[in-house]
Amino acid sequence: MNVIDYIIGLSGLLASGLFIYGLKGMSSPVTAVRGIVIAGWGMAFVVAVAFLQAFNVSDEVLPHLPVNLGLAVLALLLGGLWAGWKGKTVEMTAMPQMVALFNGMGGGSAAAISAVAMLRHTEVDALHLGVTMAGGLIGCISFTGSLIAWAKLDGRMRNPIRFSGQQIFNLVVFVGTVGLGLMAVMTQMQGSPDAGLFSLLFFAGALFFGLCMTVPIGGADMPVVISLYNAFTGLAVGLEGYVMADPALMIAGMVVGSAGTLLTVLMAKAMNRSIANVLFSNFGASSGAAAAGPQGQMKSVDPADAATTMRYDSSVIIIPGYGLAVAQAQQKLYELVKMLQAAGVDVKFAIHPVAGRMPGHMNVLLAEAGVPYDMIYDMDDINDSFKTTDVALVIGANDVVNPSARTDKSSPIYGMPILNADQAKQVFVIKRGQGTGYSGVQNPLFFLPNTAMVFGDAQAVLSKMVEALKALGTN
Amino acid sequence: MLITSMTFVIALYIFMLAAFTGYVVISRVPSILHTPLMSGSNFIHGIVVVGALSVLISATTIPEQVIGFFGVLFGAGNVMGGYVVTDRMLAMFRPSTKKPAQKAQDGKA
Repeated sequence: MNVIDYIIGLSGLLASGLFIYGLKGMSSPVTAVRGIVIAGWGMAFVVAVAFLQAFNVSDEVLPHLPVNLGLAVLALLLGGLWAGWKGKTVEMTAMPQMVALFNGMGGGSAAAISAVAMLRHTEVDALHLGVTMAGGLIGCISFTGSLIAWAKLDGRMRNPIRFSGQQIFNLVVFVGTVGLGLMAVMTQMQGSPDAGLFSLLFFAGALFFGLCMTVPIGGADMPVVISLYNAFTGLAVGLEGYVMADPALMIAGMVVGSAGTLLTVLMAKAMNRSIANVLFSNFGASSGAAAAGPQGQMKSVDPADAATTMRYDSSVIIIPGYGLAVAQAQQKLYELVKMLQAAGVDVKFAIHPVAGRMPGHMNVLLAEAGVPYDMIYDMDDINDSFKTTDVALVIGANDVVNPSARTDKSSPIYGMPILNADQAKQVFVIKRGQGTGYSGVQNPLFFLPNTAMVFGDAQAVLSKMVEALKALGTN
Repeated sequence: MLITSMTFVIALYIFMLAAFTGYVVISRVPSILHTPLMSGSNFIHGIVVVGALSVLISATTIPEQVIGFFGVLFGAGNVMGGYVVTDRMLAMFRPSTKKPAQKAQDGKA
């Protein structure tokens, strides 16, 4: 080991320490910004130091070095500038697909490392080759799978692609791909020239499997899928770290791999699904049949009347759903909240774990509108407070407040943890029309005696509420 | 480089410790930060760009250069994009300014 190896190795050590410290900083909103900045410095440092390898290459590489360095700088600039620009300009509502896209790129990068390692024919150790292939397989799945997730969330691919025998087909593709990988490893070990062909087919198969695995999954399940692919990319990076004998990649990759897995499990649990259920059962395909729900009369109320009621009550809990963001009404909502607070009403926000398009997405959307994070409560922290609350205001949310999840065993969402909006003394639901939620399940909450519906676009309804409060004055 | 069975075992130790680290660090993050956290961890696995860089710098053939180029390109996108969106999201989280009294009870959330 020479001096440059030491410098590179120690820079990786420093960077992985900073990553873990930075991630830990993200455990509180107070230190979160500092956390990401610290991790950012670690990353900038370790990327800069990576160029020192130019002084450490074998004689064989020397003639190619200027081209390689030029390509490296070009790729860094192109990738970095494009992603930086996209990241700066993306709308907060479009954040989940952006994260999916960036994650897919990471998976592609890990797969590229694996591909070059196979191309070099220098390694003949079975274990090493096996890890290379495993990292490549996972990286490829994450790459094409994330691209599909991005296309679905971005509205470029509206309907899940499903056909009979799909799971068998996918299984065949998977087994075939693994078989090709084994063939590639075996031929590589024997030094046979067929290794290149098998490797090529293996990577093509792995990329194709990523597509096959993701196309049948519905848009509503995409948050779980993105989180899973985030963990996949982490795992692939960790495995490639072993291939490159770089412990910094191993540590950073595996930390993300396990954190991402935990996050995926938490998310799936919040939706009352197992991960296997999300991946392999075509949820939502037949839920139209479940439309026969509670029948009865929905009461509707004028926005101004609802606003006046809240103005003279003492406590309001607001339950925002993705419908609020679709109507771009977060700013208007916060305006209403500030007026209610000025009138002495205790206002809180209750966020279901799967509100929005990914966990925590609703918090970001509210933060963008300027809502302070200490007004926002998690489901577990606030669910007992509904009983003592005057008004629950549900905006653009449906399944997450559906009491059938508690009581109706035949309901597809039975067992899903929900916000206990129905326990409030009065429930107002701002809703576009009488339709059902994502799951296609009718919501008995809307028919309860203490529920009144405020039909209309969230933006329009909230504007009317604000006007009504202004007319009342601030006495 | 020759990877012996001992270094493989050491690698497994590293993987195990890193996996526990990730688990412990994340399990304490409140769910309001889950989206920035996901993009933050997305940023951290962008360190893959370092691996791609060393592959590209030591490339000797055109296929290696082409694949290495795309590896670095994608890795750079992962790192930069992950950082920018995480930073943007986290910068938006603000506490109440008007009601400092409410903060105390919020420590648990």
